[in-house]
Amino acid sequence: MMIDPLSVFLLLISASTPILFAALGELVAERAGVLNLGVEGMMITGALAGFAAAYATGNPFLGFLVAALAGAVISMLFAGLTQLFLANQVASGLALTLFGLGLAAMFGKPFEGVKAPPMPTGPLRINWIVWLGLIMVPLIWAFLNRSRAGLILRGVGENHEAAHALGYNVRLTRTAAIAFGGAMAGVGGAYISIATVLQWTEGMTAGAGWIALAIVVFSKWTAPGVLAGAWLFGGVTVLQLRLQAAGVAVPVQLLSMAPYLATILVLVIISARQKYSRRAGGGSPGSLGTNFHALR
Amino acid sequence: MTDIAVFRAEGIGKSYPGVRANDDVSFSVRAGEIHALLGENGAGKSTLVKMIYGLVRPDDGQMWLAGSLHAPADPRAARAAGVAMVFQHFSLFDALTVAENIALGMESPPPRRELSARITKVSHDFGLPLNPARRIVTLSAGERQRVEIIRCLLQDPRLLIMDEPTSVLTPQEAELLFATLRKLAAGGTAILYISHKLDEIRAHCDRATILRHGKVVDSCDPRAHSARDLAAMMVGGQMRVIDRSGRQAGEVLLQVTALSQPAPNAEGTALKDVALTLRAGEILGIGGVAGNGQEELLAALSGEVRSAPGSVVLEGTDLSAQGPEPRRVAGLLTAPEDRLGHAAVPDFSLTENTLLTAGARKGLVRRGMIDHGAARDYALAVIQGFDVRTPGPHVPARALSGGNLQKFVIGREVMQDPRVLVVNQPTWGVDAGAAAAVRQSLLDLARQGAGVIVISQDLDELLELSDRFCALNEGRLSPPVPTEGLTLDRIGLMLGGAHGMEEARP
Repeated sequence: MMIDPLSVFLLLISASTPILFAALGELVAERAGVLNLGVEGMMITGALAGFAAAYATGNPFLGFLVAALAGAVISMLFAGLTQLFLANQVASGLALTLFGLGLAAMFGKPFEGVKAPPMPTGPLRINWIVWLGLIMVPLIWAFLNRSRAGLILRGVGENHEAAHALGYNVRLTRTAAIAFGGAMAGVGGAYISIATVLQWTEGMTAGAGWIALAIVVFSKWTAPGVLAGAWLFGGVTVLQLRLQAAGVAVPVQLLSMAPYLATILVLVIISARQKYSRRAGGGSPGSLGTNFHALR
Repeated sequence: MTDIAVFRAEGIGKSYPGVRANDDVSFSVRAGEIHALLGENGAGKSTLVKMIYGLVRPDDGQMWLAGSLHAPADPRAARAAGVAMVFQHFSLFDALTVAENIALGMESPPPRRELSARITKVSHDFGLPLNPARRIVTLSAGERQRVEIIRCLLQDPRLLIMDEPTSVLTPQEAELLFATLRKLAAGGTAILYISHKLDEIRAHCDRATILRHGKVVDSCDPRAHSARDLAAMMVGGQMRVIDRSGRQAGEVLLQVTALSQPAPNAEGTALKDVALTLRAGEILGIGGVAGNGQEELLAALSGEVRSAPGSVVLEGTDLSAQGPEPRRVAGLLTAPEDRLGHAAVPDFSLTENTLLTAGARKGLVRRGMIDHGAARDYALAVIQGFDVRTPGPHVPARALSGGNLQKFVIGREVMQDPRVLVVNQPTWGVDAGAAAAVRQSLLDLARQGAGVIVISQDLDELLELSDRFCALNEGRLSPPVPTEGLTLDRIGLMLGGAHGMEEARP
């Protein structure tokens, strides 16, 4: 049984790209204190909108741009519900996922069976969008930890009452973070349809949004952690596919389960140690998942 | 001290639905003075300073700061104009570092390294050393307040507002705070100081403006008045004189013997062989510095923690193996120190909160179903009986100010007519008028033949209320001494750990 490490690595970073984008977007939203469980719905919306645009124009990059826009637009539904009408974030997020899946299934019918335009490769035979995803990791890290805007965003997520008392606009900050999360999830979804599968199928994101949500927790809300989590998931995915192809005497079902099992396992181990991490600045943002209502 | 008014307010008014929070408020603060804003809970102090800080916009009136009109649209505008504020509840971000917290409170913070250097320098200059890299969660209450103060100082404010800053500080930390304020005032900063600790204001403030029901009722030099006069101005009328008469120690109600408990967690205190006897009509005061086992003792008496057989006996019935509900039914009621979260559920209405402890004794639950009418009536009775200022019993507990909620929590227990009531810090954060009412209700309860245990860190309160006094020190309870003739010096020795009747060696 031969598994070439370099080709596995190249496949790994490609396989982890959709989750990397979605998880980075959700990371920013959660650091602003918003728990958006609609990642899956935003991803599938981006997957369809991006595929449709790429197919119609023949330009895959235009497809990704449209996917980002579509993800951001549909995320505004969630933003309106939670930031304007103060609806429960968990329920609104679940609704967004169901809504996105249904919407994409309906509008996706005409695109079934057609093929996406070819995706040009960038430096080192690595796709440009994969590069973009890798560049986003240090960019988002620097934004969160080094920029003034990132500090305000973290402040809003950590203690929205205090941020409001200091004069920061909690709802506006959160709405912007939700939109960014939507755009990133949209690009992540489009990567599956435009660059991986090269066609549209109903429900093609197959739970990637949920894995992205788990990876944000896994990362302890840091950008490098998100990269590690996405690579872990992508790596186990690629590895199990290779093992399947090599015909290892392990039931296929067990191998297919492996990436999810690995994610859950690491999540449990990390959660068990979570209680110590707040003192070191890690752990979940203080206001995560709670709505803010200001009395004026 | 100069005579230039740094800040001036004229005819400020603000209404909320159903409440006139401020009405025609005019006052001024001069450069270099520490100006006290005095008033009961709900007198409109917080609303007033929120308007100065741009969090709330006034309905009428005008404000001037350093000669120009002051009408900030938001706190950032107010900060730009030179107003800085230290909040009553800390406005800090736990998971962020000191430097990050301070940067968030500044309009245009310098680069990180420079900011850290300035924090270190300014904090040392004022004798409040701070490490800019520490995270807030790792700091004590006093250190957290330093962060807020340094955040204000770095902006070179013209007007510094402090909203009840000492309520969470130890006396030593409070002294340090006043030394800092003096230095600041000497540099020309005007300081607006909100508190209802009258002694503190008399010792440290140059002038006082007194608010009652949203209006300015008086302005005076607090050093020229007694605490009693100031309190009278706050509540409008004479302070109620505590009436201790008409009580007689009767039969033994509560007998605690050999009560020992391991510490509940790493921060807790173990109870060591605690013994006490409480008679009908008697008030037993338990003093001690915070963290010496007060909460643990209350938990052992309330039934949250069970103890060895025979250690807690109420009127001949051994309750040590019983939980809180059977103890309540038997007549042993408690009111813990932490109002929100321990004594009351923040998001429950006052009606629902009465059910939590008064369900059995007041018959508010029938065959497992809540009798909502009866519960509401009882909540209303508590609200009226204890002058709880709230629109009604449907209001969630978290919407009440600290003092009002405290009155409600104490009232809920007192009006159940307990045999024994144990309270921890009954007047913590409560203004003078309300505190007097709470204390009187405890005395009245004892007069009717109940036994009361008051656990408190306020020694004056214990001397005023109790017949006998014990000191709680590292989980050990000293034998009781009669309060009559007890001096503060003697109490100090008892709290310091010189147990019992022995004289402490110098």
